[in-house]
Parts: sequence; structure tokens; C-alpha cells
Amino acid sequence: MRRNGLRVWALHLALLAVLASAQFWLSPYLATNLARIMVLAVFAMGYNLAFGYTGLLSLGHALLLAAGMYAAGLPALLWGWSAGPAFIAGLAGGGLVAAVLGLLALRTAGVSFMIVTLMFAQAGFLTLLYFAPVTRGNDGFAVAAASRSFLGFDLSTDTPRFLAAFAIFATGLLVSLALMRSPFGRTMIAMRENEERSRMLGYNPFTVKLAALTLSGLYAGAAGAAYALLFGYVGASFATIQYSILPMLYVLMGGAGTTLGPFLGALLMFALVEAATGLTTAHQFIIGAALVALVLFAPKGILGTVRERWAKWLP
Amino acid sequence: MALEVQGLTAGYGPVTVLRGLGFRAEAGRITCLMGRNGVGKSTFLKALMGLIPVGTGTITLDGVALQGLPAHQVPKRGLAYVPQGRRLFGPLTVAENLAVGGLVRGNDPAVLERVLDLFPRLRDRLAQVAGTLSGGEQQMLAIARALCLEPKVLLLDEPTEGLQPSIIALIQEAVVVLKGQGVAVVLVEQRVDAVLRLADRVAFMVAGRVEEVRDTRGLAADDPAFRTYVGV
Repeated sequence: MRRNGLRVWALHLALLAVLASAQFWLSPYLATNLARIMVLAVFAMGYNLAFGYTGLLSLGHALLLAAGMYAAGLPALLWGWSAGPAFIAGLAGGGLVAAVLGLLALRTAGVSFMIVTLMFAQAGFLTLLYFAPVTRGNDGFAVAAASRSFLGFDLSTDTPRFLAAFAIFATGLLVSLALMRSPFGRTMIAMRENEERSRMLGYNPFTVKLAALTLSGLYAGAAGAAYALLFGYVGASFATIQYSILPMLYVLMGGAGTTLGPFLGALLMFALVEAATGLTTAHQFIIGAALVALVLFAPKGILGTVRERWAKWLP
Repeated sequence: MALEVQGLTAGYGPVTVLRGLGFRAEAGRITCLMGRNGVGKSTFLKALMGLIPVGTGTITLDGVALQGLPAHQVPKRGLAYVPQGRRLFGPLTVAENLAVGGLVRGNDPAVLERVLDLFPRLRDRLAQVAGTLSGGEQQMLAIARALCLEPKVLLLDEPTEGLQPSIIALIQEAVVVLKGQGVAVVLVEQRVDAVLRLADRVAFMVAGRVEEVRDTRGLAADDPAFRTYVGV
């Protein structure tokens, strides 16, 4: 068990070392894309906590991403907050909205939970449009350069942006790994595997699922805030259903219930979209075909399949 | 210590399964529940655990009422339940399953040691993923995980069903040890030989009620009660 633990930490730290060094050997264009992937992977990690580990199939995570994005972006726009406080506001915004969403939506389960979360996300999207004088609606707004500095570093430039994205990603990944190796992480898995059995062992499913969803919201909020501050744009398009489905696809592709799956899924999906867009205007067809193939041949996602067949120690 | 049930009614929606059931289980004794299929044995255990709503009647443990408590509160009051079908957390290891089982009690290492002493086979498989254990080992783990709650009353629903004789013997030995440790064991069991070997008392159920309670001393395998209530 101890050897597996060392192997797991070594694997995660090795990935982080490779990613940290990537800015030195990737072109600025690719490094910026990797920064974007890392931010989206944080979003997917949050989704993975809810869906992959706790079994909460949500279609409302766009709401949590947008909550983080607007909670960080609006204070920057309206009151000129700097990146540090704005990021914390985004983190808190995602967590708070997730907690409220959970209090209401977790009274349902399964398909009903999916529909209710979708409904709340759509309500959130329409709210952003309704209050367009403040939120700037579909057009969105750019985050001013003055608000995109942190400890004297300009987050709109390549290296600080990459390092900030990396720092958020690394924190998210290590927290996620530590969580999954903690008693609470095992409780989340127990809840996913058999809610009734968990209840018979003295766990309150509502409390566990609410905590998991709130954690998931903190990740989504962090990703939304990071996206706003690192890439300088906040818009209602991030609250559309597309951004509820994307993290699900990342997680399903990489492997639901694996710590590295969300990153792998985000990376491969991003690369697939890039490659398919270069080949044809019907790139969605190629992406769809790839997803169908994945479901047919590796229904547990790439790392889920690797874990099942070759590396049972993979977290 | 005693688990007392009086006048219990419970069921599923409009269907009433338990109809004024009375029952008593005492510390350090094994009480078997027997009856034909559909008389409500498993339903009774679920009602005790708060997994289905109770209509009328009372359930008390040492005089403290349990009926009406949310299901997740019942294990904290001293009841543990091993349902049919084991229902382990398949992707977790044996050690992790036990840790999940004992978490609400603070995962006392001494308790874990006692549980592993009861099922030494699990000690060798702590790092193994639970879903890959044999059927017998899975049943041992299901019982061991329930024992991590340090229950006063252990409810076992046909724990040896479908297992090979050597494993059945190990599980039965463990049940006898638990009895010796002062746990009140409530066992749903259909096999007469097992009941006569293990139980102190047998509660025969008919149509959602305990119809007759017999001490197993002086009860023979060919006793008419078995034919009447169980059909064997």
C-alpha cells in the first residue's frame, strides 16, 4: 500500500514537473493553449469530484463556472479589484452558488437531478442576459489590464499567465489527490457506489453530496475566475449548456473517478478540436465519432480503462 | 441490553408488510428469524434500520426509541445491518472498506484489530480491491465492515447464502464469537441445521408477524414448527 502511495505521488509530481517546464520548450501559442487547458482541467476536476467520485451527474456546472467568472470579473470591472481579491471572490462565488444549488437540487436524484441542475443553469444564463446593463449580456466585457496583475506580475503576458494557470492547476490536482486518499474521499466513492449502504454505515447522503458539490463549485469558481483574469474576457456564453457538457466530456474521455483523467480529457479534447478544425468544417462530426469510439471501446475513459486493465493502483 | 419491538407496522407505500410485529433480541444471544418467502423478514430488518417508514409501534434499544430516526442515525445508536447480496464498495480496497465502515465511530485501531482477528483472511488482503474478492471473502468483509461500527445489535440477512461449506463454517464461528462478546445477533436463516447449531431462540414469522418464539434447546430438526412455518 505504501509503495502504491509513493508511486501515485511520484506520477502526479512528474506530470507537474513536465507541465512546469513546458513553457520553456513550447511555442508561446502552444503554451497559451496549455494554460487554457490547465484552467479548463481545473473545471473538469471539479466536475469529476461531483460526477466521477460522488456519482452526481450534473448538467448545471456552467452556472458554477460563470459564478466564479462573474464574481471575479464584475468587481474588477465595477470597482477595479486586483487579481488576488478578485480570484478569491470567484472561488467563493463558485462555492456559494454550488452550495445553494445543492440545497435545492439534491432533494432530487438521478435524471431529476440532471434536469434540475440544467434548469438552474439556464436560469443563471437568462439572469445574466436579463441584467445586461451590469453583466454586459452576450457581449460580455474585457477585464482591465490593471485588474490583471498579481504581486506585480502582469497576468496578461505569457510567462506570468502560464505560471498562474500552472499554480492553480497544480493546487487543484494535489488537493484532489489528497482528498481522494482521505476518509472523506472514500466516503464520496462509497456514496457513488451504494447510497443506501452508506446510509446504513451512518452517513447522511445529503450532507456528503452537498459537501462534494460545494467542493466541485469551488473548483469551477476557481476555473471561472482564473479564465477571466488570465484571458481577460467575461461573457454569458460561458453560462450556456455547452460549458456544462464540456467538463462532462473531458471527464468521460480521460476517465471518470481518476485524478488525472480530467486533465487528460481536456488535453485530448482540445487537441482533437484543433486537429479536426484544421481538417474540415465538419469538425464536430470527427469529435462525435471519436466520442462514440471511446464509449464503445473504453467506456470507462482512457485512464479508467488503464486502471482496470493494467494499473489498479491508479487513483 | 435488549432490542424491543412492539406492535410494529411497516411496508412499501400502500402495501403493509409488517402487521403488528413483536420481537425481542438480547445481548449475547443469537435470535434467528425464520419463515416462508414473503413473510417480511428482510422488511423487518429494513424497518429496524429506518430504511423504510414505520407506521405504528415502537422499536427501542435499551429503552431508547429508534423508530422515526433518519436511517443514517440508527447505526450510531448501536444497530448494524448486513443485507443480502453483500453490497460492498467494489472499487475500494478491503482496508478502505473497513475505514469507511468505522469512520463514524472514529476508526479506532483497536476495533479494527478485533475485527481482523475475527476474520484473519481479510488481514492478508487489506490492499486488495474489494470487488475482486471471492464471494465468501466479500461476505466476511461485509460483516467486518458492519462490525467496525461496534454494534450492540448485529442484523444479518442470510449471510451464508450461496457460499461454500468451509466459508460458511468460518462465518458461523465468527457469529458465535460475537455472541460471546455480548453482541445481540439477529439472523435471518432458512437452513434448519444452521439455526439449530447457532441460535438460542427462533422467531417464526407468518404474514408480517412473529407467530411463535421457541428456545432451540429441545427443538429438533423434525419439529413440526419447521414444517408449519418454513415448509421444510
